[in-house]
Amino acid sequence: MTRPKLFVTVATLVTLVIVHALGLGPPAQAAELSGTLKKIKDTGTITLGVRESSIPFNYSLGGGQQVGYSWEIMGRAVEAIKAELGLQTLRIKQIPVTPQDRITLVQNGTIDLECSSTTNNLERQRQVAFSNSLFIIGTRLLTRRGSGVEDFADLKGKNVVTTAGTTSERLLRKMNDDGNLGINIISAKEHGQSFLTLESGRAVAFMMDDALLFGERAKARSPNDWVVVGRPQSREAYGCIMRRDDPPFKRVVDATIARLMKSGEIEAIYARWFLQPVPPRNLNLSFPLSEDMKRLFKNPNDQALE
Amino acid sequence: MSYHWHWGVFLEQAARNRTYLDWLCSGAWITLALGLVSWTIALGLGTVLGVLRTLPSRFWSGLAVGYVDLFRSVPLLVQLFIWYFVLPELLPHGDTIKQLPPWLQQAGAAVLCLGTFTAARVCEQVRSGIAALPRDLENAGLALGLTRAETYRHVLLPVSFRLLVPPLTSELLNVFKNSAVASTIGLLDLAAQGRQLLDYTAQPYESFIAVTLLYLAINVAVMLLMRWVEQRWRIPGYIGGK
Amino acid sequence: MAYPFDFSSLDRRNLEILGEGMALSLEITGVAVVIGIGWGTLLATMRLSSRRPLRWLAAGYVNLFRAIPLVMVLLWFFLVVPRLLQRTLHLPADTDLRLVSALVAFSLFEAAYYSEIIRAGIQAVPKGQLAASLALGMTYGQSMRLVILPQALRHMLPLLLTQAIVLFQDTSLVYVSALADFFGQAYGIGERDGRIVELLLFAGATYLVMCVIASRMVQRLARRVGR
Repeated sequence: MTRPKLFVTVATLVTLVIVHALGLGPPAQAAELSGTLKKIKDTGTITLGVRESSIPFNYSLGGGQQVGYSWEIMGRAVEAIKAELGLQTLRIKQIPVTPQDRITLVQNGTIDLECSSTTNNLERQRQVAFSNSLFIIGTRLLTRRGSGVEDFADLKGKNVVTTAGTTSERLLRKMNDDGNLGINIISAKEHGQSFLTLESGRAVAFMMDDALLFGERAKARSPNDWVVVGRPQSREAYGCIMRRDDPPFKRVVDATIARLMKSGEIEAIYARWFLQPVPPRNLNLSFPLSEDMKRLFKNPNDQALE
Repeated sequence: MSYHWHWGVFLEQAARNRTYLDWLCSGAWITLALGLVSWTIALGLGTVLGVLRTLPSRFWSGLAVGYVDLFRSVPLLVQLFIWYFVLPELLPHGDTIKQLPPWLQQAGAAVLCLGTFTAARVCEQVRSGIAALPRDLENAGLALGLTRAETYRHVLLPVSFRLLVPPLTSELLNVFKNSAVASTIGLLDLAAQGRQLLDYTAQPYESFIAVTLLYLAINVAVMLLMRWVEQRWRIPGYIGGK
Repeated sequence: MAYPFDFSSLDRRNLEILGEGMALSLEITGVAVVIGIGWGTLLATMRLSSRRPLRWLAAGYVNLFRAIPLVMVLLWFFLVVPRLLQRTLHLPADTDLRLVSALVAFSLFEAAYYSEIIRAGIQAVPKGQLAASLALGMTYGQSMRLVILPQALRHMLPLLLTQAIVLFQDTSLVYVSALADFFGQAYGIGERDGRIVELLLFAGATYLVMCVIASRMVQRLARRVGR
């Protein structure tokens, strides 16, 4: 090529690249909306799953007021969905869910998205899709100070409460069966009810994810009576759940979470719920970032742990 | 929405050495046991109340009316929660109750709740049964020198019970249906196992169809049994008699 | 052991929440009664019809719904069939499926019970009435509508109302789905504030007062109607 022609070719190519990068070029063929995004665009409404007492992730302060770490992240995802669909207004509907029915309610279409404290594991991935992970926890025990329970071995022959439909419930049952521990397992409907069972003396310990245990403790009338003990029986990652086989929807939610983590905004959200006083009793969970969490923030992913 | 039917799921292993079918059956047994024990309480207590209701004494009769009003005006679920959550807090030995094995606490509360609730309905049936008898029966008994108590025991109650088999059957069926509320306090009856199955197997239709069929089976079995009882106890000369 | 009763949870905001719950309980009761009586009347006439398939269909429906617990019916409609429901009823995609499934469940369930009451009421009307109306040239449908049912209703009214009171109490069972009726709200408040005992007793007392008053009114009505 002669020099001027080369120059023009290169210049044209560069311009095209810049123009496309700035989105100034002809719009790409608008992708056919499908699945959940289509449903949201058609109805102008998104239905979110809300939890009664998943503290401090997604919980109710009464009268329809919902707060929490995962709740805030879910709010950002909703904004991103709104922007993605180019909607002026997006109605938000809240449907209360419990750990036992949250997966079924996503599957049967009652709710579109639920971000709280739902553990991501391979078995559940067969039923629903998980977003990028929000949090990483270990499952431990909450017990009264001085109760004599220091670790899981001390639970032999005792009454232990856990919440129905959670991974802790399954773990506890398996531990009980395999080790012949003779534990009487009480399954409550929600974490709040589990804590009440513990507080009323019906159970000697409450097995659950450590962050949730700290959350329930912060809500108690005298938090100092309660202490979190025990070697973590499992390491689990939380994710938002949504319907399977719907990549466009998942992409928007994942992108939101990845953006929050990469930009460091997540640290402010985390601090608000784990390092500062939280409603309803303005107690501080004092739950500093674990190594697992720091690694997660640096590298957002949707992998199930263990 | 394609659904993969998988009836074989019932033979899959749920936990150590137990299949999902085992879970289902254990739920059915608990429902049956719960129903039968509650019915025993209901029948006993209800008969006493029914008798009290027909006594001439305003005090005893009023007591029975009060009982029926109370237990028929509060929803069964609320009553159950009060038995399970409230009573141990208010009773002097409540703490000991709370230390009992959980299944015992749940079963105890369920049985007491169902028993007392159904007793109110049995009371009404017994009352109308006794009231439907001709006054001559009672007068004859008294004339023969029986005390009022003996009249009830040897004359009125045996006759009215033989006539009350159909309405009492429907109360017995209600007991088994109402037993499903016990699943809300954690008792692993048939309804609770249905939810467990749905949760663990992710096969909602199979789980729920199986549970529904089992409830139907219990219903049919009880009806057939009571029909046999009714046949044997028919009183000639009365409607439904030979 | 004296329990330290503390009714402070019954403040204005919580009472408003309880009021909303009560409104929901009454709404479900109202809708289920109306649809239940309507569908129940149809079922009753089907069972008394001379055409066998209609009789069997109605009998099958009534016997099925009277043989299974209400809890199971609620769970069926809440966990298993919501999507199916949405499609058959052509509901807009943003309706509250929980409420719709609860309303459908209660209506279908109550219809079976109402149909039995109505059937007994119709059968209590002297046969001569039907014969006379047919002789006067009315069709079966007309005689039912203009002669039989109005008479049957007079006798059935107390029973229909009593069944409505029972239904009102049964709405507390929406506890098993995610709906919060009066009882659900009371329990939720009790759990949140750690005052389960007080709230449960309050809920029980409220139901007691409401239902006793309602059944006294029905009793007075029954006496006035004469049967």
